[in-house]
Amino acid sequence: MATVAQDPALQAIRAGVGRRKLFDAIFVIIGLLVMIAALAVLCVLFLDLVVQGAPRLNWDFLTSYASRKAENAGILAAWVGTSLIMVVTACVAMPVGVAAAVYLEEYAPKNWFTAIIEINVTNLAGVPSIIYGLLALGLFVYKFNLGQSIAAAGLTLALLILPIVIVATREAVRAVPRAIREAAYALGATRWEVTAHHVLPYSMGGVLTGMIIGLSRAIGETAPIITIGALSFIAFLPSPPVTAEFPFLSFAWLKDAFTAMPIQMFNWVSRPDPAFRVNAAAAGATLLGMTLLMNGIAIWLRFRFRKRINW
Amino acid sequence: MRLTSTFALIAAGFAAFAVAPGGAAAQSVIKIDGSSTVFPISEAVAEEFQIARRGKVRVTVGISGTGGGFKKFCRGETDISDASRPISTSEMEACAKAGIEYIELPVAYDALTVAVNPKNTWVDSITVAELKKMWEPAAQGKVTTWKQVNPKWPAQPLKLFGPGADSGTFDYFTEATVGKSKSSRGDFTASEDDNVLVQGVESDVNALAYFGYAYYAPNASKMKALRVVNSKGQAVGPSPQGVLDGSYEPLSRPIFIYVSKASAQRPEVKEFVEFYLQKGAPLVEEVKYVPLAKLAYDKALANFRAGKVGTAFGGHNEVGLTVEELLAREARF
Repeated sequence: MATVAQDPALQAIRAGVGRRKLFDAIFVIIGLLVMIAALAVLCVLFLDLVVQGAPRLNWDFLTSYASRKAENAGILAAWVGTSLIMVVTACVAMPVGVAAAVYLEEYAPKNWFTAIIEINVTNLAGVPSIIYGLLALGLFVYKFNLGQSIAAAGLTLALLILPIVIVATREAVRAVPRAIREAAYALGATRWEVTAHHVLPYSMGGVLTGMIIGLSRAIGETAPIITIGALSFIAFLPSPPVTAEFPFLSFAWLKDAFTAMPIQMFNWVSRPDPAFRVNAAAAGATLLGMTLLMNGIAIWLRFRFRKRINW
Repeated sequence: MRLTSTFALIAAGFAAFAVAPGGAAAQSVIKIDGSSTVFPISEAVAEEFQIARRGKVRVTVGISGTGGGFKKFCRGETDISDASRPISTSEMEACAKAGIEYIELPVAYDALTVAVNPKNTWVDSITVAELKKMWEPAAQGKVTTWKQVNPKWPAQPLKLFGPGADSGTFDYFTEATVGKSKSSRGDFTASEDDNVLVQGVESDVNALAYFGYAYYAPNASKMKALRVVNSKGQAVGPSPQGVLDGSYEPLSRPIFIYVSKASAQRPEVKEFVEFYLQKGAPLVEEVKYVPLAKLAYDKALANFRAGKVGTAFGGHNEVGLTVEELLAREARF
């Protein structure tokens, strides 16, 4: 046995294996460090905002309007505005994005025309958001006469995140095994039935991931919202979506003027009185909280959809 | 299927939006937009007015800059435009073309403040000629040290901070010092966010910046405001007193609101503007601007009630004009 252990060739192999395992371990450490660094930056930012904004983070802050007095100012109009815009954005981007992705994946013939569309969808994801703002100002605000309204802002942000939703949905649709489709076809299902009953429900997890990324980007966008004319001071809420008389649902709020969280923060940061910076930090912490809440809901939905997959 | 019904619901929602009547409870909204300099005043007045009217009237205030505000105003999108400088010739034409008549009302004074770092020992007061030497376009790339402006000052680098070219403050300062609006050197640190200028002066001993008095007042302990030599040869520091008695010149300026004549027919707009001119003075003070004299507010109110349309400036900024003089002028349109 001693001779085997001293065999130079075997020793060389062992040394090689040892070296490669070392690289493996080094990579794990680097990966871990990078991840910790990224998370630490986020945590430090969040904690910094919370600590700075702590004196203002209370119920009054969420339920009062902006004011010239820093200690009375709140973010009611801003968070309601942001929430409503996100509702519009999600309601538009989700069906349109999913429909476009399903068409491209399941229906579209593979020719030069769809190739151009595909390239452009990917390119659109890289267009600066201010360009979407300018487009929306001309198209939604003036051409479609939506004015400086929640509907215009929601549609603008929907356009902005559409490429993200489409790309994510296509990936998810592509990940559904071919065998599932073929099995459904074999039982006589039409293409629509295959898509609606099998492909889409199974890819819902991926679609929701795309929505999470898209909406997280949209909620913090400032440039396009400023371009289409968000207001800086507004001390009333949009009309309520639920009314006392028939048909109980009202969509008048879509036409209302608005402000949004990033705008409110920007306004506070640029004011002369340093007390407003505390408010801006508190608003920042709230905005991060809103993003986390929104993502939490999407992750919970995704979990529920995944549970139902039983291949 | 469930998916199909989801789509149907969304489609129904949008259909409902399309036929929904524009604002079921049609509440009147007063729309204000324009200068970020005037914003704190309009915001304060809007806040108090809405409290006083118990939410029966809604007021919105936006920040598009003086120029951006006039663009919306002359398209008839807003009722009142905040302006930190008088309406320009091209804006007058745009309004005339759209048939928008306006009433020009001064609402407060702003004192442009020239500030340096508190550790700066060599300068306490400055003349307009020295400011011109620093800021004129010919100084670009040439005047780079304090000594070049005044031989008594040290040969230290000169770091300049100022508002960006879209700002009414920039327009007025260049007009008052260089002699021509928008005529300035380009190699200075420009920012639309005045807090950046404040930070520049706080952190650099060689810095010099100008911005509105509202940004100086809360930060007075962290910087030194220069006294500016006026036309009578007195060096006067920025203060409400100096602005009111006219001794802080040429860097004090009136700021305005422009009210659309058509909107002024609406009772709630009329009421709001009257509130602005009658109850505005303490609010102006609170947000660190200098209120006009009582008589000037009365005269402005009389002009408003008489529906005196047009501008007293004829499309040009003027330096060193008192509000009393401009209110007495025959307005042109």
